[in-house]
Amino acid sequence: MIDQEVKTNMKTEEYFVNMGPQHPAAHGVLRLILTIDGEIIKNVEPDLGYIHRSIEKMCERDSYQQVVHLTDRMDYLSSHINNEAVCLAVEKGLELEVSDRVKVIRTIISELTRLASHQLWWGVMGMDLGALTTYFYAFRDRELINDIFEETCGARLTMNYNVPGGLMFDIHPNFVQRTKDFIAHFKTKLPEYDRLLTGNIIFEKRTKGVGILTKEDAVAFGATGPVGRGSGFACDVRKTDPYSAYDRVDFKEVLYTEGDSYARYKVRIAEMWESMSIIEQLIDNIPEGNIKEPTKAVIKLPKGEFYQRVETARGELGVYINSTGTKNPYRVKFRSPGFSNLSVLNHITKGSKIGDLVATMASFDFVIPDIDR
Amino acid sequence: MMNLPLNITKTVHDWIFSIMPDTAATITIWVIVAAAYLALFAVAGLYLVLLERKVAAWFQLRLGPNRVGPFGMFQTMADALKLVSKELTSNDRIDKFLYNLAPYFVIVASLIAIGVFPFSQQFQAFDINIGLFFLFSVSSIGVIGILLGGWASNNKYSLIGAMRSGLQTISYELSVGLSILTMVLLTGTLQLSEIIEIQRTGGWLILQGHIPAVIAFMIFMIAGTAETNRAPFDLVEAESELGAGFHTEYSGMKFAYFFLAEFINMFIIASIAVVLFFGGWLSPFGITEGITWFPEFLWFLIKVLVVIMTMMWFRWTFPRLRVDQLLTLEWKYLLPINLVNLVIMAIVIWLNWTI
Repeated sequence: MIDQEVKTNMKTEEYFVNMGPQHPAAHGVLRLILTIDGEIIKNVEPDLGYIHRSIEKMCERDSYQQVVHLTDRMDYLSSHINNEAVCLAVEKGLELEVSDRVKVIRTIISELTRLASHQLWWGVMGMDLGALTTYFYAFRDRELINDIFEETCGARLTMNYNVPGGLMFDIHPNFVQRTKDFIAHFKTKLPEYDRLLTGNIIFEKRTKGVGILTKEDAVAFGATGPVGRGSGFACDVRKTDPYSAYDRVDFKEVLYTEGDSYARYKVRIAEMWESMSIIEQLIDNIPEGNIKEPTKAVIKLPKGEFYQRVETARGELGVYINSTGTKNPYRVKFRSPGFSNLSVLNHITKGSKIGDLVATMASFDFVIPDIDR
Repeated sequence: MMNLPLNITKTVHDWIFSIMPDTAATITIWVIVAAAYLALFAVAGLYLVLLERKVAAWFQLRLGPNRVGPFGMFQTMADALKLVSKELTSNDRIDKFLYNLAPYFVIVASLIAIGVFPFSQQFQAFDINIGLFFLFSVSSIGVIGILLGGWASNNKYSLIGAMRSGLQTISYELSVGLSILTMVLLTGTLQLSEIIEIQRTGGWLILQGHIPAVIAFMIFMIAGTAETNRAPFDLVEAESELGAGFHTEYSGMKFAYFFLAEFINMFIIASIAVVLFFGGWLSPFGITEGITWFPEFLWFLIKVLVVIMTMMWFRWTFPRLRVDQLLTLEWKYLLPINLVNLVIMAIVIWLNWTI
């Protein structure tokens, strides 16, 4: 009876909290408008537009070579893969077949990019959950990959290594050896990641059963990448629609069926092992061949629509180019993985705690410029 | 055992009483002791911050502060200087009185608590017979400051942080209290100096009380870490969730008070642990027992530092708990274990099974 009285007399009010655009857990300028009742989240409304640079519109102004450069700034953690997507789409339009050498090098660097991206995600995931040390462990190893990139193409993050028709220049003579050294190094360090975070009881409590995304929802919302695969949705473009050299390597598509944050975490950890295995299969026999197929200085795609999808570190990136036969695309549309993944957020965090929202967001691995082009 | 610090204090004491009337002399001595403790407090706080940054660096493959002075010795001094010189800004529509009062609650609570510590046999400001009880009650005042600060800041993040702090501190105080009570059963006294004297003959209390004492120690460390709002229980200022938590709106020296108080609280928890479980300023196995010139407070400091290092180790390794898991841990695990442990300790003492 006293309980009843308390319930009727105590009036709780929902209130709004702005999480972002400047917030440590937003990883950029994502603004989430939270409706909260105490600690419990009633509604999450993402508000985009803080880093909108109208990349798609800018693409209509630029030549096809220049479009490649803009894509670096979308998902900056898998810049090489974004570049590759545009190049593949343009090559499709030109009906240009690049040499095996280009294909293999593109694949190796894509996988290195994926590794670097997942490493950064791992560091930040720990940090979002309060384990600050993970960040530095991840960066120790990520630096080595960036050094390899720097030596080969001069840039560490926004690489611009791809051009329509091939690569800007050949790999550095040290590339093969350094990549091998890195793989040998990282094979000893990845178990360390597991020892530091994976088996930790607090970490498991924070992520297991948190932010559960069912397979049906994953398909319905178009959640791809590790988010979709954590829910058992086989959506790896490298398997379903192989591009570059992915048809000649043997790797496993990592699938977990739980759909919670922990499953997404495990998918990414397992993907790092797979990436290393892909690189190992290719690194020893990079075929000889042209580094760039000759193209005209001004590329004009034939009239028509061209679509290419690739698997970035975050999921499926689609590049749609609508050409009217001029030197500029008529319309470019990117199907970015982050945008679809973000749309899931409200659906799966409703009714959970603020801490759960942070854990779920960390396991989604958002890169805001990718969501908000 | 007459040693150096006592000789100095005795000389000063006699000298002050010789030049002043008794009342004035007593007041003067109070002021001197208070000033000495304030200085100690400031230095301890600053160097604990430095230690934390160094320890964090060791854990994280970094160097840590190493530019200001040798090994970065003056880094935190420089930081404190910077904070003192900062403008005290605050947002509109704060509750001015409570907002300004909050930092003092936090810092004064920690300051009072430090007064009763037996740093060595002679080095103790006041040795009261309810020492432990006093420590325990005084250190609970701090949470009022945090609640006030969170409430008066007129900021939702601060408010959530403060509310989390309130429920966390109130819950975990039970465990701290009960684990202390378990040890008090063994000692039979609340006076800190007597608790240490008992350990001179019988060995450290954690050995005397064996199984229940070890359990009590573990619970005390967990609950103590939670009391000081440190990781993995730092929900109060969970930066990935709440920005800076309850002190989001504080700047300059007011922020520094909160910040220093956190480290002093850590020192307090570690000191209680050392006094209750590891023999306070007594040397291990009595290795410096006969050496009269050896400053005993060194042993106290070494032991406290070891405990503090453990707490820092927690902080830089563990992820943070969620707020409901925090309460589950306390109310469903620690508290029942603690109550059972109390009974076990009683039985152990009743049957005289202590070592």
